[in-house]
Amino acid sequence: MARLSRYREHRFFRPVLLALGLFLAGALFTAGKAAAESMESKALVISADKATLIKEGKEIFARGCSSCHGLNAEGAGAAPSLIGVGSASVDFQVGTGRMPMADMSQQAVRKPPVYDEYETAALAEYVASLAPGPKALTNEEIAWERDGNAASGGTLFRNNCAMCHNLAGQGGALTQGKYAPTLMGVEPRHIYEAMITGPQAMPVFGDKVITPAEKLDIIKWIKEVESEPSLGGATLGRVGPVTEGLLAWTLGLGALIGVAVWLTSKAR
Amino acid sequence: MKARERAAGAVANYLDERTGAAKWMKKTLTKVFPDHWSFMLGEIVLYSFIILLLSGTFLTFWFDPSMREVEYEGSYEPLEGVHMSAAYASTLHISFDVRGGLLMRQIHHWAALIFLAAMVAHLLRVFFTGAFRKPREMNWIIGVGLLTLGIVEGFLGYSLPDDLLSGTGIRIAEAIMQAIPVVGSYLSYFVFGGAFPGELFIPRIYTAHVLLIPGIFLALITAHLMLVWYQKHTQYPGPGRTEKNVVGYPLLPVYMAKAGGFFFIVFGFTAFLGAVAQINPIWVYGPYTPAQIGAGSQPDWYMGWLDGLVRMSPPIETHALGYTISWNILIPGLIIPGILFTLMALYPFIESWMTGDKREHHLLDRPRNNPNRTAIGAMALTFVLVTLINGGNDLLAVHFDLSINQIMWFSRIGVFVLPPIAFVVTKRICLALQRADREMVLHGKEMGRLVMLPHGEFIEVHEPLSPQKAYQLTSHEQLPALAAPETDERGVALPKGIRQRMKARWSRAASEQVAKPTVEELKEIEHH
Amino acid sequence: MSLQPIQDPGLPTHVHRKADTDPKAAKRAEQQVALLFLTSALGTILFIFSYVGIPQDQLIFLPILGTTNAHQLFLGLGLAISLFFIGMGAVHWAKTLMPDHEVVDVRKEQRSKDEDRAAFVATIKEQGATAGLGRRTLIKRTLGLSLGLAGLSPLLMLRDCSAELPGDELAQTNWRAGTRLLTDPGDRPIKPGDLEVGAVAQVLPLLPAGRKRTLNDIAKDALLLIRIRPEEFNLDTERLSWTYQGIIAFSKICSHMGCAVALYEQSTKHLLCPCHQSTFDVTRAAKVIFGPAARPLPQLPISVDSEGYLVASAPFNEAVGPSYWERDSE
Repeated sequence: MARLSRYREHRFFRPVLLALGLFLAGALFTAGKAAAESMESKALVISADKATLIKEGKEIFARGCSSCHGLNAEGAGAAPSLIGVGSASVDFQVGTGRMPMADMSQQAVRKPPVYDEYETAALAEYVASLAPGPKALTNEEIAWERDGNAASGGTLFRNNCAMCHNLAGQGGALTQGKYAPTLMGVEPRHIYEAMITGPQAMPVFGDKVITPAEKLDIIKWIKEVESEPSLGGATLGRVGPVTEGLLAWTLGLGALIGVAVWLTSKAR
Repeated sequence: MKARERAAGAVANYLDERTGAAKWMKKTLTKVFPDHWSFMLGEIVLYSFIILLLSGTFLTFWFDPSMREVEYEGSYEPLEGVHMSAAYASTLHISFDVRGGLLMRQIHHWAALIFLAAMVAHLLRVFFTGAFRKPREMNWIIGVGLLTLGIVEGFLGYSLPDDLLSGTGIRIAEAIMQAIPVVGSYLSYFVFGGAFPGELFIPRIYTAHVLLIPGIFLALITAHLMLVWYQKHTQYPGPGRTEKNVVGYPLLPVYMAKAGGFFFIVFGFTAFLGAVAQINPIWVYGPYTPAQIGAGSQPDWYMGWLDGLVRMSPPIETHALGYTISWNILIPGLIIPGILFTLMALYPFIESWMTGDKREHHLLDRPRNNPNRTAIGAMALTFVLVTLINGGNDLLAVHFDLSINQIMWFSRIGVFVLPPIAFVVTKRICLALQRADREMVLHGKEMGRLVMLPHGEFIEVHEPLSPQKAYQLTSHEQLPALAAPETDERGVALPKGIRQRMKARWSRAASEQVAKPTVEELKEIEHH
Repeated sequence: MSLQPIQDPGLPTHVHRKADTDPKAAKRAEQQVALLFLTSALGTILFIFSYVGIPQDQLIFLPILGTTNAHQLFLGLGLAISLFFIGMGAVHWAKTLMPDHEVVDVRKEQRSKDEDRAAFVATIKEQGATAGLGRRTLIKRTLGLSLGLAGLSPLLMLRDCSAELPGDELAQTNWRAGTRLLTDPGDRPIKPGDLEVGAVAQVLPLLPAGRKRTLNDIAKDALLLIRIRPEEFNLDTERLSWTYQGIIAFSKICSHMGCAVALYEQSTKHLLCPCHQSTFDVTRAAKVIFGPAARPLPQLPISVDSEGYLVASAPFNEAVGPSYWERDSE
């Protein structure tokens, strides 16, 4: 305690304390605001009735999406028709930030979403109202933690997913510069929605081919791999022998040659 | 103290009276070894081999080389209850249920990668310094044999755990066997004990991996080292070093302490890698089944160039009379590697035939002083690098925002275009370095200091070279080109014309050098 | 040897190290070596402690490495320290305290002296003559014959490495007319309606009752089922009749080297093999459009049975998987 009070007499004590206090307050406020907004937005989704959601969704669509997908979501040019894609597709594409796309040339990339949960839900409801399609899910609806079986999920994953997304879900190359994205850090519901809607180059995995229970198994396995500690040390990206070979040549042989240079040099 | 000396003396006496070892030991312990860091590359290979023997033996205590189907019941939960081969299950057991098992697996695999990397580095050192010349051609061939065996041994080890990645590798090896004309399918059946994958392959390659190939390895390494011992080590040129002597440190005590210490350093460093860097996490890959695959399925680096060659091959197959020849597999998988390794093994003879140099060489070349050889080496290296890059094209595509198709086309063209460019560029660089050496001998070292002369002219101060340095830069010999092709008296080329012309062409190319300073030139400089 | 422009100045004069002249420096070097050896001993202690003291499932968080297994990490670090510093100590000892005078040894030509060579040839000739090697041709020939024949027996014994010979087995699969398509894994029969447009399914055949599926079966039977809009097909009438309502079935075993070809891009209708990047166009019966594969993937004719489940309507009409000599590819 005496030590602490000694610091208190330091001439930087006050300014530092002030800066620290301000920083903490700011951080707390930002975090709080975000949390509040997200909760508010979620609460809004729950409280809002379908008709209002569809109406608001239509407005957002007209402002943000119609320039590519057409005023009635009928699609135009490279932008596909959204009639019948269902709310699952909208929730996946908008919820992972892929839509709206930054530019038309490349594959839609995952980025921080532009619309909040309420707006996304409104868009999804609007698109779902055009024609029936796969329904969006909430994280609460998919009880992967309770019902999933990682071992079965692993087998399913290796059979159906690993060829594109890599054996550890790190993503991989497709043709002509396209790629299958990494699955690390993806919301479980988005994984589920991707399987039932088949976004972009990804094929559809219908409920008869991979049952809903099996889908939970897959999610459970992905989440287990994601949270798996690096059991043998640094994981080197989990992309297989290429990075291992690189490390063997650079750090491995490099360090040993370094030692050899020291070993054969003359001492002074 | 005295008692201990007496005891040691008694033991030595006992042994010498029965073996007569003292005479031999006396000579051996004073054997001289030149010291240079690049001479340690071969030692890294040797020590990695010992590490591989030790760690590998540990692994065999638990590894079950069987393809019998079992249900996994070990402590790695995400595979609980999954059906797999006993080989894969026992590898999981080693990784998670044997203390130090994962560490030893990782040490074994890192040591294998470093073993082959150091072997290639050692080969490059021997090549670029001309250490393969007479009388060491045989040892060069043994070395090429060791490299080939090392690649095979590494591949078999990578295949043993029977995980999805290694099974995919075996599948590809099987396709190469199957592609061999006439006998392919029979060969594959004999190796696999029937159709792929069968249940015999893992036990068979296990015997090869732990007994057969290490046995051949031991024999070849012994021969390799005995030849080094008997022929004495080469040395770099320099003051006091000639073709007739060898300058260095005696085996006892300096060399022994250094070499022995280096073994522990290599082992310790490999253990460090095994502790901090994960390698081949087979539990993530899952057990092998032929219907599954992962994106970015790659072999270890020493097979990567072969994989890259196979990837870039054009889709050519011949169908005739109900038979099929898969050139798209044979050419990149067998023919090109076969040609490359044959040329590599024969290179000492090719070079000596082309230059007509049949003398013994114990002083090494500085790579720049043999521009032609250095350029050939650079050419071969470029070829392998392009194919290696193509072997990882899918990873490069993802991580550098490229397309696999682009990289593939780059490699398909680059594999023809870049090696010749590398040849020309390397040769020019060597000649430029020779020119720089010549300048340095004639005019001394540039000091980067300007001085104004009384009449206002600026000159840069040159410091004359020490006699040692000057000798080092001028002591190499420059062979003249061989005589032009022989013709008979009527001016008609002899039957061997083409061969002779080739030889003359090569010898002219090989003798392209920047002339080193002559005695006269040096005298003239002195007078100024 | 041509005349050198600069004469060999001989070995450089030996420069003494600090430890050679200064007893203090020598003492310091000795202490450094001892310290290195002691560090190694500490490493071994860490190794022993990690082996007995750290539970095998103990995790630890470290920067760069992330969460990692403490048992494995410290066991390895202990071993690394214990070995590495023995080496460092030995080398430092050799460098600073052992004699560092370079020694010159004479090198002799490898070639034996002429008289030794002559003596060798004479011995061979003499011994050969005594043994009658030159004269007794009958013995020489029969010995050659028996050695040659004896070499055959180990070769012959390799015959049973495979009980069966290939025959036409490589061209056979378990697909017959009427074989049901099952999901892999799951083994559920599939109806056309189970697959939406853009969907894929990994498929294996229903085997006769009582037959257990082996890896050998999977290596030839694995199938990929893809559904696209029927009007997108660009097939001849025969191949079109092999599809069912836009569903097309290909062997999943690559026609190049046998990897599982299953990277299906819904947007381009291309199939990519992850091993060597052969690319196949699904709409044109898996025609090769890029990469080293020389043949399309074999297509399996499919239809539905009386219960509405997808079945093979005929076996493959060609061998699946990589090429081999006897393969009839015409």
